[in-house]
Amino acid sequence: MEDMILYNRLQFAFTITFHYLFPQLTMGLSLMIVYFKWKFLRTENEDYNHASKFWMKIFALNFAMGVVTGIPMEFQFGTNWAKFSELTGSVIGQTLAMEGMFSFFLESSFLGMFIFGEKLLGHRLHFLTGLLVFIGSWASGFLIIATHSWMQHPVGYEILENGKFVLNNFSALFSNPWLWPSYLHNQAGSLITSSFFVAAIGAFYLLSNKHSRFGKLFVKTGVIFGLISSIIVAFPTGDWAAKNVVKYQPVTFAAMEGIFETEKGGAEIILVGQPDMINKKIDNKIAVPNILSFLTYQRWDAEIKGLNEFDESLHPTNVPGLYYAYHIMVGLGTIFIGIMVLATFLLWKNRLYQTKWLLWVLMFMIPFPYIANTAGWYTAELGRQPWLVYNLMLMRDGISPTVSSGNALFTLLGFVGLYLLLGLLFLLLVAKIVRKGPEAPIVLKQ
Amino acid sequence: MEIFWFVVLMFMLAVYVILDGYDFGAGIVHLFFTKSEEEKKAVTNAIGPFWDANEVWLIAVGGVLFFAFPTLYASAFSGFYLPLIMVLWLLIFRAIGLELRGQIHNRLWEKLWDKAFGIASLLLALFFGVALGNVVRGVNLGMVENGVSTQESHYFFLALWNPTLDPLAEQQGVIDWFTVLLGIVAVVTLTIHGANWVIFKTSTHLNARLRNVIYKLNFVLLGLVLLSASLWHFVKPFPLVNLRTHYWLWVFPIMAAIGLLGQFWIKKFKKDLTGFLFSAMFIFGSFATTVASMFPNLLPSTNGVNPSLTVQNMAAPEYGLSVGVYWFVIAAILVILYTVIQFRVFKGKMDDVGYGDH
Repeated sequence: MEDMILYNRLQFAFTITFHYLFPQLTMGLSLMIVYFKWKFLRTENEDYNHASKFWMKIFALNFAMGVVTGIPMEFQFGTNWAKFSELTGSVIGQTLAMEGMFSFFLESSFLGMFIFGEKLLGHRLHFLTGLLVFIGSWASGFLIIATHSWMQHPVGYEILENGKFVLNNFSALFSNPWLWPSYLHNQAGSLITSSFFVAAIGAFYLLSNKHSRFGKLFVKTGVIFGLISSIIVAFPTGDWAAKNVVKYQPVTFAAMEGIFETEKGGAEIILVGQPDMINKKIDNKIAVPNILSFLTYQRWDAEIKGLNEFDESLHPTNVPGLYYAYHIMVGLGTIFIGIMVLATFLLWKNRLYQTKWLLWVLMFMIPFPYIANTAGWYTAELGRQPWLVYNLMLMRDGISPTVSSGNALFTLLGFVGLYLLLGLLFLLLVAKIVRKGPEAPIVLKQ
Repeated sequence: MEIFWFVVLMFMLAVYVILDGYDFGAGIVHLFFTKSEEEKKAVTNAIGPFWDANEVWLIAVGGVLFFAFPTLYASAFSGFYLPLIMVLWLLIFRAIGLELRGQIHNRLWEKLWDKAFGIASLLLALFFGVALGNVVRGVNLGMVENGVSTQESHYFFLALWNPTLDPLAEQQGVIDWFTVLLGIVAVVTLTIHGANWVIFKTSTHLNARLRNVIYKLNFVLLGLVLLSASLWHFVKPFPLVNLRTHYWLWVFPIMAAIGLLGQFWIKKFKKDLTGFLFSAMFIFGSFATTVASMFPNLLPSTNGVNPSLTVQNMAAPEYGLSVGVYWFVIAAILVILYTVIQFRVFKGKMDDVGYGDH
């Protein structure tokens, strides 16, 4: 039983982590592509049009990767989490089916037109197709996070005698207090990934003295989008999301922050340190007194409940993992704000393109927004453990009853091998598009 | 209400099979019947702008199945665990083969991905027929041993094959002679279907040869259809009982027959689209006939202990199904609208689309 749960969890965690490397870029990037195309329509400067088409190539590659790694996600609810699907399908099936019907059709239909249809459609309609792709991809994120929010904070349901969850209020799925903060927080995170990506490719062009016009354009656009999104991800959206956790999952909040004891007179915020689960304390701790109380309740002496206040059976299954995921996300988020504030300042002073060291930094930042987004999702998911549906259904009660651990391990190994290959090929192709540069035409005839 | 969702689901599944079916068929054509680089390009151009939109139908089918019949979704997906995951792997291989082939101009590279694309397409067509065979044959629900269920009455798990390949054996497998027979029917059907799509969407020398191939393959298909229809009875007695009580259901087998027989005139069709319409009609008709003959069963039980999974006992509760109609109607109108727009923008031949060159 234990290894069945382990392999099912590992497979889902591995495939979703890999899958979400792609949508997190495409959601943010689609907005930036629409922005470039819109600038082109306003200014008639061809560079903006080239920029939008260049990023569309990267988008299309990411989208294809997202589709092929996304189909396994939907299937795995049934293959590996059959009991969970059976019991909750009448609720979360709504939002998952809506995602397929509303967003994927929209995205896939108009993406083809955006890539192949510029000449056929003219620039205004071409812009419109780009806009529809953007709407589709953001709607997809919304419906997935509506599903996620229901698992974190179930609403609009009743439970039958046979244990099945039955929907009794459709609109509650969308007025779920968990939904909007998580969604906006996640979209801001996605925009960070795309802004840093665009800025990094721009910095690469500037540093290697190629396509310098585009290098400047990409750095400038990436930095401005990056500044806005890295601020929004922390405040107000991150703040809202954290307050939801305090309110609805206080034990998770204590574990995230690494608070073991309830302190009288205000809680400190822990910046670094390692959780010691045997002695219930943080080793090598660096902390600032009273800040956590203030951030959470706007009062310096507000009480924050520590983990020891809760029965051990209610603790998140992996407290250190949760604590690290959260601290990595917050730590990186802080660094993002610092870099983008500095870069915006230099941009405003007209010195950014000459500040080589900062361009180097921007270029090497590419992986970090991915790490931060992934860590953020691990915070949410580990924070929900040991529950599948918070407070109502345990992880162990959700797995497929007839799939043996040997079969689950077999497919897990298969996915690991296949995705490693997929990842390598993806990097190769992105490198190829970047090397060709934004002025390479889309070949329509050989 | 569950009948509405059943019809919706089966219709969407049929659309998916017709759409992604031509993608797989084109892959098989690519594997066996293309000789030059120009012909290979014609095949990938014909499906390039469409394949991922077609696969969205699979996601949509999965979503609607999950939403309307969650217990069936849970039971079937976990029971057919291994073949389903392998289908996912093949879909991924097919997609990367198609997308990567044109990225590097190197003979070995192109050959490698050509084969990956072609073989994955072939296996997918085979698997889809095998899957249909499994659903028709039914499974040992509740995993009954010696008259006692070892699992909840709607769960099961199927090995990939049983040693005897006998569909009626106690120890069932995904692969037996009946399911493989349907798999081969699917491969031939989709090869014809894919070839028709290539003829419809491109205009190279390949098309004349493909017409010839279709003509010959159609004899094979006719033979296979007659063979499997006559053997059906051994696996599933009285398959036509629903059609005996509801005469209007005969429209489906008649559609299938017209689709199949009409294909023999392939060399005389004036419009390049006609052949495709006939093969689509055959697929739709034979799929609908199978579904109609099984109704109300969704997954039959092969033991006497546990009941079959039916439209009624698998449906989600009433409230969710009713509220779903509202958003579904809106979504369906939008999907039709997108399809019309897409069809108008990408009308005609795709020879110059330059798929894979960007």
